[in-house]
Amino acid sequence: MAQTLFDKIWDAHLVARRADGRDLIYIDRHVLHELHAPHAFKKLEEAQRAVRRPDLTFSVQDHTVSTQPGRDDTTNAQSTPFLQAMRAGSAKNGIKLFDIGDPEQGISHVVAPELGMVLPGATHAVPDSHACTVGGLGALAFGCGTTELEHILATQVIALKRPKRMRIRVEGRLGPHVTAKDVALRIIAQVGIAGGRGHAVEYAGSAVRAMSIESRLTLCNLAIEMGARSGFVAPDETTFAWLAGRPWAPQGRQWDMALAHWGTLASDDDAQFDRDVTLDCGELEPQITWGTDPSQVVGVTGRVPELASVEPGQEAAYRRALDYMGLTPGMAVAGLPVNRVFIGSCTNSRLPDLEAAAAVVRGRHVAAGVVAMVVPGSSTVKREAEAAGLDQVFRAAGFFWGESGCSMCAGGNGDRGEAGERCVSTTNRNFEGRQGKGVRTHLVSPATAAATAIAGRIVDVRQMVTGAA
Amino acid sequence: MQPFTTLTGIAVPLLQDDINTDQITPINRNMNPDWAALLFANARKRPDGSDDPDFPLNRPQFRKPSILVTGCNFGCGSSREGAVWAMIATGIRCIVARSFADIYRENCLQNGLLPVELAPADSAAFEARVRAADGAAPFRVDLQTQSISGPGGPDLAFEMPAADRMRLIEGLDDIGLTLKHAQDIAAWEERTCGALPWLQTASDSRR
Repeated sequence: MAQTLFDKIWDAHLVARRADGRDLIYIDRHVLHELHAPHAFKKLEEAQRAVRRPDLTFSVQDHTVSTQPGRDDTTNAQSTPFLQAMRAGSAKNGIKLFDIGDPEQGISHVVAPELGMVLPGATHAVPDSHACTVGGLGALAFGCGTTELEHILATQVIALKRPKRMRIRVEGRLGPHVTAKDVALRIIAQVGIAGGRGHAVEYAGSAVRAMSIESRLTLCNLAIEMGARSGFVAPDETTFAWLAGRPWAPQGRQWDMALAHWGTLASDDDAQFDRDVTLDCGELEPQITWGTDPSQVVGVTGRVPELASVEPGQEAAYRRALDYMGLTPGMAVAGLPVNRVFIGSCTNSRLPDLEAAAAVVRGRHVAAGVVAMVVPGSSTVKREAEAAGLDQVFRAAGFFWGESGCSMCAGGNGDRGEAGERCVSTTNRNFEGRQGKGVRTHLVSPATAAATAIAGRIVDVRQMVTGAA
Repeated sequence: MQPFTTLTGIAVPLLQDDINTDQITPINRNMNPDWAALLFANARKRPDGSDDPDFPLNRPQFRKPSILVTGCNFGCGSSREGAVWAMIATGIRCIVARSFADIYRENCLQNGLLPVELAPADSAAFEARVRAADGAAPFRVDLQTQSISGPGGPDLAFEMPAADRMRLIEGLDDIGLTLKHAQDIAAWEERTCGALPWLQTASDSRR
């Protein structure tokens, strides 16, 4: 029978079906972070249970770490207990830790792919909803809670109900300065923030095939923002070339075996999906959120929707979003003055993201009164960016150039805005209070964020950069 | 895990869709926080830091709620389990929503918090009853019979998959359930070592 890629990976990892009807799915790679893992370590110890496969488990310090140069455990006093508990728990359980100061520390969803820990057709779990990011390499990933994390530590499996399958085909050739982030925001606008609930999403189509791995990681990162726990792209030659030689990827004969297997990882031509969505992005312009959830999106040359265009039943949410964001119906989004710009997070902090931003920034300066930050997704990205001189471009323009971590995405390290500030951000959630109580977040691509920092107001990057649109 | 059989208590209405976990519990930067104080910590306060008397959970009749009644896609966003622990710390053991986000629903089940989705046809009527009761009379949720009773109308039936019901009623240890399959896990590992060996080893090739 014809199978989707999702079914192939799920079935290959099905260990058993529990008496309660849940499937036990083996987790090939489990990556922990310090905001949630210490609690699970403690529970495990209380229950006198061991970590079943410390050799397939990795720890990173990312959510609470300071982004200040020269940081240590105490730079951020509130973070100290998390960092130390993570270090102690990882050591006690024999788990490799990418600690502060490690040359490969960074955001888990950036570090695991770039080191080759994420592999096509493999399963991956992180106690973080953006685990889905690594689907960009053709892995099936599950974000989970703390109790599920403890469960995986003890058993190396996760107990799940089989989700439905959804395919989103993105067709067309993206225009200049139109990126995977813009595509992902447009998808969420079309499908809705609950449209992927209960589904695993396969991204397909010519536009996805043409994307770099970093772009696919960005695309999959936002699967959870439409409610899908897992999102992925079938691996192809782009994937294999990107993974070849990465330090934790298989080598030698095992690489050859893996490559032969990975070639089979695609949905069969006549496979059935529970839901199929197609978008043509050939005419897509840079996108931006105007409201307080990631489906409230317009083109950067667009206007805040009028009440008449709001779906029945959503009027109260619409008014609430307008009020929180300090906007009025029908006003142009471009031109809104901003207080902060943040370039970073598991969504958009990889080298090509920073290159795209730097290309806009080069030779320009951040507008007066705007606080602008760049936080690389990993220490590796930071080092590579510095080797290419990007840090100099950002610093010369007046950006803060930070140490890697989650930073302002969720503010778990104290990097936050002030109430009433308008913040243009390359992150994944524009929820009320996400970047600080009362902070008004607009989600955009790195190029749009960079252009906005320079202009001091929301702008169409295509108009700022010579030769485009 | 504390078993769930029946629950009788005050139902508090919070009738919005898409309430996310950043709203339920803003990111917590304390290792051992007061979870109850974190529940809707931003929404409960006015800009000057004082309690907002209009926020439902601040109103006197809803100071000790047992049931939260809300809209679609409740608990979307971050996977933080604190957004469930904060409910339990407040005394809320059941959430009646039009629908739940996947990870949040899972986190509820892991902690003995009953996530109820009423049939679409019943939701509006039930929400109206909860608003009309206004905390003056309790509702009763019975997981054995899968029904909700209370002021203002007849008993309402709800569906809960048998597997989830069993876990909640018996308060089963989820890890214990899975460890009954320890042999299956070991067998899977052995098979995979042969067929897809790169999945069963992870090492840094530079070392």
